[in-house]
Amino acid sequence: MTLVENAAKSTPQPRVLTTKPRVSDKIFRGVVTSFGISALVILTLIGAFLAVRGVQTIHSFGWSFITSYKWDVTTDDAGNVTYQVGIGAMLIGTVMVSIVALIVGVPLSIMMALFLTFYAPQRLRTIFVSVVDLMAAFPSVLFGLWGFFVLMPMATYWAKLLYQYLHWIPIFNAPEPFFERSPFIAGLVLAIMIIPIVTSVSSEVFAQTPLDRIQAAYALGATKWGMIKAVVFPFGSSGVVGGAMLGLGRAFGETVAVYTVLNLVFAPNWHVLFGSGGNIASLIILKWGEATGDETTALLAAGFILFVMTLLVNLAANFIVRQTLKSGK
Amino acid sequence: MSTTVKPQKPWSPTRQEFAVSASSFITAIAIAIAAVKFTGLSGKIGFLFSFIVTLTTLQVIIGVRKFGRKALADNLAAAFIYVGATLVLFPVLSILYMAISKGVAGLHWSLFTQSMFTASFLDPVDQGGLLHALVGTLYLILISMVISVPMGILTALYLTEIKGPGAKLIQFVVQAMSGVPSVVAGLFIFTSVILISPLKTSAATGALALAVLMIPTVTRTSQEVLLLVPADLREAGLALGATQWKTVATIVVPAARNGLLTATILGVARIAGETAPLIFTIGGADKLNLNPFKDYQSALPFYVWKGLTLGTPESLQRAWTGILILLILVLSLFIAARTLGVRKMGK
Repeated sequence: MTLVENAAKSTPQPRVLTTKPRVSDKIFRGVVTSFGISALVILTLIGAFLAVRGVQTIHSFGWSFITSYKWDVTTDDAGNVTYQVGIGAMLIGTVMVSIVALIVGVPLSIMMALFLTFYAPQRLRTIFVSVVDLMAAFPSVLFGLWGFFVLMPMATYWAKLLYQYLHWIPIFNAPEPFFERSPFIAGLVLAIMIIPIVTSVSSEVFAQTPLDRIQAAYALGATKWGMIKAVVFPFGSSGVVGGAMLGLGRAFGETVAVYTVLNLVFAPNWHVLFGSGGNIASLIILKWGEATGDETTALLAAGFILFVMTLLVNLAANFIVRQTLKSGK
Repeated sequence: MSTTVKPQKPWSPTRQEFAVSASSFITAIAIAIAAVKFTGLSGKIGFLFSFIVTLTTLQVIIGVRKFGRKALADNLAAAFIYVGATLVLFPVLSILYMAISKGVAGLHWSLFTQSMFTASFLDPVDQGGLLHALVGTLYLILISMVISVPMGILTALYLTEIKGPGAKLIQFVVQAMSGVPSVVAGLFIFTSVILISPLKTSAATGALALAVLMIPTVTRTSQEVLLLVPADLREAGLALGATQWKTVATIVVPAARNGLLTATILGVARIAGETAPLIFTIGGADKLNLNPFKDYQSALPFYVWKGLTLGTPESLQRAWTGILILLILVLSLFIAARTLGVRKMGK
């Protein structure tokens, strides 16, 4: 009796339900969002700060900064400094070294990725994955030291063989028989350095191959290689291209290892075996110590060009990889 | 009447098949030795080359005899893939071997108690030490961690928890940032901090440059880990009436704790060996500098770099020893990250 009376007296009020976040949530969201945006801010700042210098240099040297091959800073008797700076040879060298790295590194990475995804027994796979990850963790100066003292003697011999038998192909020719510190050897070192990233992207893409298609291929009587050719490659090829481009981005920007191995010469060289080459990143650390005034600005402009090159390659690569991974789901 | 079914492995090789492949292996070794002895091929590379060629041929012949011609391409491809994967191991082993065998010669105790202030790089190896470089590396790691771990983890939280309107763009930017060349990071800090702010060349500026490289690594690894936290846990938290902040702080982050630690370690491993940005940002001192915000500083990679560029036998020996110590540092970080990762997976 009393119970009913009480219930009648105090009709329960419905709670007020809102979708308005509490103060703590507002603060949390605000802080996290501002940090999320910070990455964008940093990247923009990098571009902006270097671009300002770059524009300055282009303004004072004109387009010859990109097209000319000379890098001369001379002081005459009156103390006037004349600058003649151009990164043409370095651009050619950067591209050539990176292409060598891709030609050697990408097939090895594809084989490694196929091995990890389809061939290796579980235990071997764990070991090989660790080894590839380990390669990515080596300091680049170690690659430089190793490339100079261990790889160079061997690779010079291989270069001599290539020259001896293939010198009728223009690119394997050399104006003089000087094969040490060539773009070829620097490219080999870079090839080893890009294997981890290309391998991990490729095997990630291969692992996304739809299982039903793999099983369908086997059910139709395909061998393992037949299956890979018919199913995995068509599915994963663009992902491998993306991975290779990520590797290309790394190869463009690699500094210390290339500087150690490569012989920087301010002249265009199209002979891959000949010991003369260029690399924008190495140019920057080569000239940094002695550079003053306009030369420093020119180096910053070179850095800006390097930044733009790697950024474009990386964006394209990420776009391609993303598309491939999406199509597997 | 319960019988346990013994698992069968019909695909595993029978004794006869095993004997055939073992004998082909032995034959290949024998032929390779003979090839090195009697033909123009010489040395370890010649041996390996002839061994691989004969083994592949024998395997292909065995395969073709058993399965017919269709197996030819399959066996060849498998052989190439095995050889290619093994080839990748050689440089890694060679690099490790060189670093250890060359580096050990320069190890001595005073390395860890002295700096290069009184000795020059050209002096005999037992003089001077790399204490200043160790301290510098420690400062660099600590300061860049203080900057990039919170930034990386919070950016990852933005990408996984808030998924705001800009999440796709930020994801893209983080990936682009992970491809920024290390030289560019150094140049950036040089122009944006050293040239125009009161903070001059010191450990702090070096750490800023390294932080630019570390943030994307920490972000991407943290993001992967946070995505692994089951959505059930988040929903349970929200269903119990917790705010989003409480859910993230008391449920999501603790659940991903080990993974976030791994992300931090991987970030540190990424930057510990970076040389190029330091050339523009830390100056490269030879004496111990305990103030991270003032005056030139050194670091292990810079010490190695200096030894390498000087190029005399003594300085190169210092470089190899420096790289050995740096490698030990990086490897222990790497192993720490691995074991943490494994424990996380085991749960």
